[in-house]
Amino acid sequence: MLYILKTALELGLLYSLVPMALFLSFRVLNIADLTTDGCFVFGAAVSVQMAAIGQPILGIPLAMAAGALAGFITAFIHTKMKVPSILAGIITNTGLYTINLMVMGWSSNVSLLKKNTIYSMFKSLQFLGDWSGVVLTLLIVALVAFLLISFLGTRLGLSIRATGDNIDMVRASSINPTFTITVGLCLANAMTALSGAMVGQYQKTVDINGGTGIVVIGLACLIIGETATGRRSVKKGAIAAIVGSIIYRIIYAVCLYTKVIPVEFLKLLTAAIVAVAIAFPALRKMAAFQKKKMEHTSGRAFAQKGGDGKDA
Amino acid sequence: MEKMLDVNEISVTFNPGSPDAKQALNKLSVHLDDGDFVTIIGSNGAGKSTLFNAVAGSFFVDEGSIFLGGQDITFLEEHKRSRIIGRMFQDPLKGTAPSMTIEENLALAYLRSAEGTSPFSHISGRDKQLFREKLAMLNMGLEDRMKHQVGLLSGGQRQALTLLMATMVTPKLLLLDEHTAALDPATADKVLELTREIVGKNHITCMMITHNMKQALEIGNRTFLMADGKIVLDVKGEERKGLTVDDLLEKFKAGTGKALDNDRMLLS
Ligand SMILES: Nc1ncnc2c1ncn2[C@@H]1O[C@H](COP(=O)(O)OP(=O)(O)OP(=O)(O)O)[C@@H](O)[C@H]1O
Ligand SMILES: [Mg+2]
Repeated sequence: MLYILKTALELGLLYSLVPMALFLSFRVLNIADLTTDGCFVFGAAVSVQMAAIGQPILGIPLAMAAGALAGFITAFIHTKMKVPSILAGIITNTGLYTINLMVMGWSSNVSLLKKNTIYSMFKSLQFLGDWSGVVLTLLIVALVAFLLISFLGTRLGLSIRATGDNIDMVRASSINPTFTITVGLCLANAMTALSGAMVGQYQKTVDINGGTGIVVIGLACLIIGETATGRRSVKKGAIAAIVGSIIYRIIYAVCLYTKVIPVEFLKLLTAAIVAVAIAFPALRKMAAFQKKKMEHTSGRAFAQKGGDGKDA
Repeated sequence: MEKMLDVNEISVTFNPGSPDAKQALNKLSVHLDDGDFVTIIGSNGAGKSTLFNAVAGSFFVDEGSIFLGGQDITFLEEHKRSRIIGRMFQDPLKGTAPSMTIEENLALAYLRSAEGTSPFSHISGRDKQLFREKLAMLNMGLEDRMKHQVGLLSGGQRQALTLLMATMVTPKLLLLDEHTAALDPATADKVLELTREIVGKNHITCMMITHNMKQALEIGNRTFLMADGKIVLDVKGEERKGLTVDDLLEKFKAGTGKALDNDRMLLS
């Protein structure tokens, strides 16, 4: 049981920077950034290939730079070429498939056999034993979360938040939305790529399809986390990403071991969670409307029965 | 003497070349002295908002030129113009970011002055003190709610906050597009009073669109009447003193050949 929890914690932390990236792009900037899937593999591929040539540590910032570049391209297509943001993300994502294959030396799967990774190096320090992987990931994730929260309180961070909050206001103030959207998407994709980079070195392998569906899973994690922490502030949002990611992996692990829900169904379930959660405000409105309509008709029936002849 | 604002024969046509092409501004010129406070009235669709949008840079003009404080801003991008131009709209929701706090909104407005400060700097204690003092001027108790989200404020409070933000860093030009029209009468009066106070104290050159004829004559030192993309009447100085609403309507008719027609117009 402890083993299951530990695995869930590990995976939850490793993947938590994806929902955190989506917090920045989807919640703060109000852009559904579909660069995510390809960007995750991009980060993983760069980091694994760097580890393969004996530079696992350098592989991490390089993977983040690669992610930022992917974000920049999406932002460029969106802001300068005026392509809707969703389509811009899909375009970059599609192009990344080829880039990723190229980085992986035109093979669809690369494994690190006896190479050093940041995890093996940290473990060899020998003071945490089995938990060293969790601890290292936690350190990185906590640092990123701290930096993100702090950044969103700076002048530039405030401008980025305003861009997603009220574009009318931004247009009439001295903020350049092209700039803030670009910075925001670069940062978000750097985080996604960092997640890929950690997963790649942790599992010592990268697969060209390893990012498929990760954007939807990331959104599910974020939404689950937000239900747990609330979504009133930036701090809560960043923490929601981490908490949600861990909860998601625990659910996943429980499904896997108890077979209450076959694991094959998990993607469908994830998609349903995301669809319902995002549609929730609209559903609530619809329910309120139906209720009003029913009250209206029943009120009218009552009035007619009462025979005062007035139309309600 | 150099003018503060020089708008020279600008024209704007929407959807050119299509069946619903619409010339919204027609070789329109405006020249304002430093400290001028102009009220603008006109029929629906006269081009009042379009004039403001053109000056603020929401779109570029088809012809003509615009100078502000001696600087040619004809082709300056909107976000660069907003360093020196403050704007307010009718809709109180347009001017503030709802899910950010009062303090954060003011910090955004204060960015305009922040040339040279690092984009990675946080709101300082000194900034907060300044925001608190400015908010206290509104007399709405907002200075004690700096950490509250702006979305929780009433329309009037939001509009007052927007006014503060638009003038936080004294702009060279302030454009007010019916900025009290969506408020209840008492709140509208209060926001208008604040506007007069702030504009007067900082000697801001200002143009204000209103549909309240009486207000148009009472406030400021000049009044423009607009029709069909042009300024058809510019009353100021001696001529403006003692002018009644009826005189103004008369003048409008004499100038354009038709009656002033605005569905929101208040004649008294
Ligand atoms: N973005 C746009 N696209 C097409 N036509 C526009 C656009 N903006 C304004 N117009 C048209 O230009 C004309 C002038 O509009 P404008 O908004 O400047 O009028 P206004 O004087 O502000 O009127 P109101 O008193 O109703 O606010 C109108 O006929 C309007 O329909
Ligand atoms: Mg208008």
